[in-house]
Amino acid sequence: MSETIIEPTAGVEAPPAVPTGEHTGPPPGAPVVPQFEIVPRVGVAIAVVILALLVGAIASNSLWALDFFHVAGGGLWTGIDLFVGLAIGPILGMMSVQARIEFSTRFMPKMLVIMPTLVIVTLAAGYQLARHLGNLAPDYPHHGWLVASYIVVGVMAVIALGLLEPANLAVLFELKKERPDGERIGRLMRVFVLTAGITGVMQIATLVIMSRLATA
Amino acid sequence: MTTAALPQATTAGRELPPIAGLGIAALASVIASGIYLAATAGRHQVLGIPIALLVAAGIIVAVAVVLLVRIPEFAWRKFKMVFGWAIVEYAVFAGMLTYVFVLDHVPTSSLVLLIVSLALFAVDIPMMFGFSVARFQPVDTPRREPNE
Repeated sequence: MSETIIEPTAGVEAPPAVPTGEHTGPPPGAPVVPQFEIVPRVGVAIAVVILALLVGAIASNSLWALDFFHVAGGGLWTGIDLFVGLAIGPILGMMSVQARIEFSTRFMPKMLVIMPTLVIVTLAAGYQLARHLGNLAPDYPHHGWLVASYIVVGVMAVIALGLLEPANLAVLFELKKERPDGERIGRLMRVFVLTAGITGVMQIATLVIMSRLATA
Repeated sequence: MTTAALPQATTAGRELPPIAGLGIAALASVIASGIYLAATAGRHQVLGIPIALLVAAGIIVAVAVVLLVRIPEFAWRKFKMVFGWAIVEYAVFAGMLTYVFVLDHVPTSSLVLLIVSLALFAVDIPMMFGFSVARFQPVDTPRREPNE
């Protein structure tokens, strides 16, 4: 019942352990980490506004608003997952450590706000929409497809919350260190990109199910 | 821009309990319970199945918490910071989902199970997030007794 944490290694990008003299900047060869906010405040403010609009849509039971939130949220969720996993991921793997750090410090904080917001918007609006359209009724003829979508979303949630988000957070906090471990960041980024790719591929199943339900 | 600094002790190289694995197991149990409740909504529900899944998830979370608090030296300040903010985030999400369930007049028995699920979520997910961050962070400096 235990797991071992891998000893941090001093890769080519790691600065020397002890600073010397009056040196205060990054040592030669060390990656430069730009200043960044782990949770962007502007993003949080936008997310709060979106969630308030979602509450309004649910409270008013407006079919158009619910449909908008579910389709727009779901489309963005699916698209971003696919794009990150299948397009950004392979590109990121080919970039230099410095380029990866610069990209990650700008990209990962945004993902930390965007993805949970899209997930809650899609699921809450989707549940309410399904109820509104009678899809949750016991006699709904395509109940099996609906259950299949629950299972796909459930598996994606386990991957996203159990692996993807923790890796995202760990990368950001590693980058905030005075001496970030380049190898560890690379390892965590691989987890992030791999899990984003898996959820992206699973999103194709969601697209199949949802387009089937919408045209049934 | 960062500057070089003296190296700080981390939990790297030490064996830590499998908090992340236990967290994922609990998460899977809670989600399985939720899928069952959603799939059988409006039909005949055997509540024993989701109850068993939630009890299992509760036990796993409890074991994870016990193992976690027994870690002697850990980056507790970082853990608490991440845990605290994650709790706030999931409280908002849980509140929103509870609002939808109440608005839709979900039957009381199912509603109770869903709220228990969200409560387990609210402990399990922040714990996983906090652990994932703190395991790679410098451990908190232990307090020394005056005569040490």
